[in-house]
Amino acid sequence: MSNNNQPLLQVRDLTVEYQTDELLVKAVNHVSLTVNRKETIGLVGETGAGKTTLALALMGLLPKGIGKVQSGEVLFEGTNLLQLRNADMMAYRGKVLSMIFQDPMTSLNPVIPVGKQVAEVLELHNEKHLTREQINARVDDMFRLVGIPPERKNEYPHQFSGGMKQRVVIAISLACEPELLIADEPTTALDVTIQAQVLSMMSDLKEKLGTSMIMITHDLGIVAQMCDRVAVMYAGEIVESGTVEDIFEGERHHPYTEGLFGSIPRLDVDTDRLKPIQGLIADPSDLPSGCHFHPRCPYATDRCRCEAPEAFAQQEHVICCHRFGKEDAQ
Amino acid sequence: MIGLVMLAVLVLLAVFAPLFISYKDEVIKQNIRMRLQPPSWEHPFGTDQYGRDVLKRIIWGARISLSCSLVVISVATLLGALFGSISAYFGGKIDQVIMRIMDIFYALPFNLMAICVVASLGNSIVNLGIACIVGVVPGFTRIFRSAILPIRGQEYIEAARACNTSHFRIITKHILPNALGPIIVQATLNLAVTIIAIAGLSYIGLGVESPMPEWGTMLSDGREYMRSYPYLVIFPGLAIMVAAMSLNLIGDGLRDALDPKLKN
Amino acid sequence: MGRYIAKRLLLMIPVLLGISLLVFTMLELSPGDPAQIILGMKATPEALDNLREQMGLNDPFWIRYLRYIGNVLRGDFGTSWRTSLSVIDEIIHRIPVTLRVALGAMFLTVLIGIPIGILSAVKQYSLTDNLALGGALLFSSMPAFWFGTLLVLLFALKLSWLPATGSDSIKSYILPWVTLAASNAATLVRMTRSSMLEVIRADYIKMARAKGASERQVILRHALRNALLPIITIVGMNFAGLMGGTVVIEQVFTLTGLGTLAINSVRVLDVPMVMGEVLFIAALTSLINLLVDVLYVYIDPRLKSQYVKIRKAKG
Repeated sequence: MSNNNQPLLQVRDLTVEYQTDELLVKAVNHVSLTVNRKETIGLVGETGAGKTTLALALMGLLPKGIGKVQSGEVLFEGTNLLQLRNADMMAYRGKVLSMIFQDPMTSLNPVIPVGKQVAEVLELHNEKHLTREQINARVDDMFRLVGIPPERKNEYPHQFSGGMKQRVVIAISLACEPELLIADEPTTALDVTIQAQVLSMMSDLKEKLGTSMIMITHDLGIVAQMCDRVAVMYAGEIVESGTVEDIFEGERHHPYTEGLFGSIPRLDVDTDRLKPIQGLIADPSDLPSGCHFHPRCPYATDRCRCEAPEAFAQQEHVICCHRFGKEDAQ
Repeated sequence: MIGLVMLAVLVLLAVFAPLFISYKDEVIKQNIRMRLQPPSWEHPFGTDQYGRDVLKRIIWGARISLSCSLVVISVATLLGALFGSISAYFGGKIDQVIMRIMDIFYALPFNLMAICVVASLGNSIVNLGIACIVGVVPGFTRIFRSAILPIRGQEYIEAARACNTSHFRIITKHILPNALGPIIVQATLNLAVTIIAIAGLSYIGLGVESPMPEWGTMLSDGREYMRSYPYLVIFPGLAIMVAAMSLNLIGDGLRDALDPKLKN
Repeated sequence: MGRYIAKRLLLMIPVLLGISLLVFTMLELSPGDPAQIILGMKATPEALDNLREQMGLNDPFWIRYLRYIGNVLRGDFGTSWRTSLSVIDEIIHRIPVTLRVALGAMFLTVLIGIPIGILSAVKQYSLTDNLALGGALLFSSMPAFWFGTLLVLLFALKLSWLPATGSDSIKSYILPWVTLAASNAATLVRMTRSSMLEVIRADYIKMARAKGASERQVILRHALRNALLPIITIVGMNFAGLMGGTVVIEQVFTLTGLGTLAINSVRVLDVPMVMGEVLFIAALTSLINLLVDVLYVYIDPRLKSQYVKIRKAKG
């Protein structure tokens, strides 16, 4: 389709707002993000940081009438998805871009057998005019691929456990071999042991199918295990991004990232107490002035309170914080 | 809001009607000379076949409809609270027995039950009210029961029981107040249903009888003359609708306020 | 499934017994004297006594009740005191009118109520939604007997397009259908809307969209079936109510259905007739409720494995 140097997905300056009766919620603010082919990007942040909203905006699935893209573009292989008509966007969803939702317990339709739910996505994007038998064969393949015996395809979702349901959801989202898979906390709702199984299965499949992935999570362990690059979101902004090495081993960090790492226990360092981040996440309907993180930041200065920080870049490693200015760049 | 204003106007008219309308001389006294006058300045809703002012009769009718349905719903709420909370709180056999009895009442359509009650007790406004109560209580019992069931298992109830609080006290002090939301909504909406039911039963000749100015009775009396004097059936029905609509509006508003889940 | 249905049918027996006892007692409490009603005010005391003896009215309450139940169990519902016709024949004779009214009104209700309810939910807060809700509010606040009267006034008396009364031609059913459908559809619109709104927010609906399904497919394939359960309950209850004889509406249009039969029989304390009709309608209502519960199982596979618990879950 296009040259391979071009990134698969480029998000530029994306701003999303929710407008309800009383409130204007700034869920995503001027986010830019690049996903290269076959790459996995981790999107990390607390609940309410705008990760899911960003994902829904990419899919063109913001809640109708309430969620609105205010600015920016989402370029997929050079096509701005935000300008596509809904009918054209439908051809992308499920086929080129697909999404795994947070809670497998509720993402399957309770009244339709699971096999049919996998077949549906194939029928919706049936450009090759596969026959019913071919589609059924493909459904069986997908079930085997995610480790479910194909005989179970006529059963209903309530007959499956949480982990098995998420496998079905993964089968649905990968059935059309999409270019990009957006996984919104795919394992948060699962038991820890099941999490590991599902994650390793996802990385295998991703390798096999050559899919790029945006992995939304608040679990840094998952990021270290699965991702090539990481973007840390706070209050609708990407405050720091870089390769996994930059984030996990780099010297300089956004104070928020430091906070995130301070709140997980480490085996290699002797820590008496965990250091959780003080305070609550900023209210997106009433964002603080200047740097949105300043009320919770231990290093906050007067400048942070009134002036929004510029991005500070060192190769791929980008941090938005006043502590790292141009003078540090050398 | 509109509902509240509409209801307030109706209630005020009903309460203060005796101050500016004489029941004996204006509401029920026949005046053949003035019969079947079309609406005019003097009689905005016209006069009926006995020469009585329709507007004044409708205003007086509000007293009957509103007070009667209020009594019906109050009694039904009390009984529903009693049966529902006993059923939900104690569970087991008691629950089974109460719910099976309610099933019996449920298996008959409301109108059929009501005509049986009125037939057995005789035609009167009180018996009409009893018929309505019998019709409403099973539904209320179920609502109370299902509102209370989830509360019963809550830890603060366990805690109260652990403190040796009596069953009566637990039900009245701890359980009922927490189940109040859905019940207030249902009671308001059922007030509207009851107003319509009372009018409907009076319309078919059960309950309130002429010359008492009940809205349903007035409508039924006007039918004979409606070809030439349609206002005789239009206005009483309009009054029923306005009363029911104001209560429906309030009920919907309450529901939105108490259960914002459906709002977004 | 068969066992479940059998169990439910067995459970109907105590309910029907309870109803029969209840209604029998109520008629007993009535101040009127059936013999007096039959023979009229001019009857001599001897004639009245004779008739009472003949009808078994002098026996104690329990004897009469048990005798009645015994006869019913043998399939004998007795004859009407008012017309001396067989109760069963009379009921069967009335069913066609009631059935025509009920089926037509039901059909119209579903035809209007469900699509408007869906549209209203899908376009929440739009003009369509507000109009639908306004209409639902209007028609649920409007007494059906008044709306029917207005329709008669307009279409029968003023415009003479349709007959005001009678039950001979399909034309005479149009006004009753519209009247009943208007108020029933008002409830159905609200119910469909709120049920759809709840379902539309579910994750599997987002998932269906993420698969690339069109809005139409999302609604019809994924949302509607899940939203259907409460809708079916309402439709079932409406139908049961309509079959029970819409007493008031039948008066408005002077239809001679089960409702009119009930009110005429109650007025003259025609005990066998009232009892027969009450039992018939109660049985019908219970059967319709059973049918609704069975339908649930076919719509919602989650219930299939636990259908025996349906009653408890519903209560």
